[in-house]
Amino acid sequence: MNPHYTATAKGLHWLMALLIFGLLALGFYMADLPLSPEKLQYFSGHKWAGVTVFLLVWLRLAWRVTHRPPAYPLAMTGMQQLLAHAGHFALYGLMVIIPLSGWLMSSAKGVQTVWFGVLPLPDLLPRDKALGKQLAELHSALNIGLLVLLGVHTAAALLHHLVLKDDILRRILPVRFQPKP
Amino acid sequence: MNLFVTSLRMPALLLGASLVMAATVHATTLDSVQADKSKMGFSFKQMGVAMDGHFAKFSATLNFDPAKPEQAKASIEVDLASIDTGSGEADQEVVGKAWFNTVAFPKAVFVAKQVKLIAPNQYEVLGSLSIKGRSRDVKSTIKLSAQGKSSVLSGSFTLQRADFAIGEGMWSKFDVVANDIQVNFQLTAFNAATGK
Repeated sequence: MNPHYTATAKGLHWLMALLIFGLLALGFYMADLPLSPEKLQYFSGHKWAGVTVFLLVWLRLAWRVTHRPPAYPLAMTGMQQLLAHAGHFALYGLMVIIPLSGWLMSSAKGVQTVWFGVLPLPDLLPRDKALGKQLAELHSALNIGLLVLLGVHTAAALLHHLVLKDDILRRILPVRFQPKP
Repeated sequence: MNLFVTSLRMPALLLGASLVMAATVHATTLDSVQADKSKMGFSFKQMGVAMDGHFAKFSATLNFDPAKPEQAKASIEVDLASIDTGSGEADQEVVGKAWFNTVAFPKAVFVAKQVKLIAPNQYEVLGSLSIKGRSRDVKSTIKLSAQGKSSVLSGSFTLQRADFAIGEGMWSKFDVVANDIQVNFQLTAFNAATGK
């Protein structure tokens, strides 16, 4: 068994990590800004990056399904492995659902999503102010959920690396940090 | 003999009359506008995204005989504070000083100066549009069509928001909100005396 992830899986993991942290920071920052041209630019940029994540996550899921990841360390109990799987499953789920909720919110608010100002995405819902507000609340709640989950994800990775001293963190890092087989 | 000629002519006359009727939709002077069946909308691009909205309140005075377009009189007043952009935040923003400044300039006013027939049921209207203390000539092609008993006048034109200082200061660049604003309108009109 190969003890580390494929280069593609690593690349997608870190690229999406970067995008998602940027999206979270920008999203929470821009939401309550007073209206200005910058705010509209932030919203557009956020939507473009969100669509990018939405596309990348499908690529990532396809890769995940066709490339078996390295097995968990034998030291992990069945329950711990189950929890780890559940956490990763929830992260994948949120990476699909959160951009989708943003897309639906944009449709309901009557501001179509046009990827990089060039490629228009179809509006999935008709304009509806009340629904737009509800979807905005849902989008925000899902992102708070994602923040919590990412906190657990990061804490678990550090716990494995610093306390349990296993190879969990190293196997998603670039080659020079690879565990020796 | 006379009787025979008359009976031959009658259908021809009737046919001719109905052709004229069809060409002008309703051969009546339109002098009233039905506000609840009329629309005043606009659309523009915001960072490549097509946006649209409308004004809930506007009034029009009209005296338009489709057969005598050159004598037509028309003016439209739009209550700018009645804007609906689709977003409450934007509705509040655009009544402010940088945009319409509705406290000082509550209305947009259009007054027709010249109306010409350019095709059957199509007219070219040249008029003066005043917003925020600035006036510009605008030209629009208007289509006349029948809807039930009334007539509908519909058309559109493009204005440049910079010409009227709509969106000043931080909004004066066009990278976020485009300069071109398409105005589209649909007026349901009738004759007050005949009701059609």
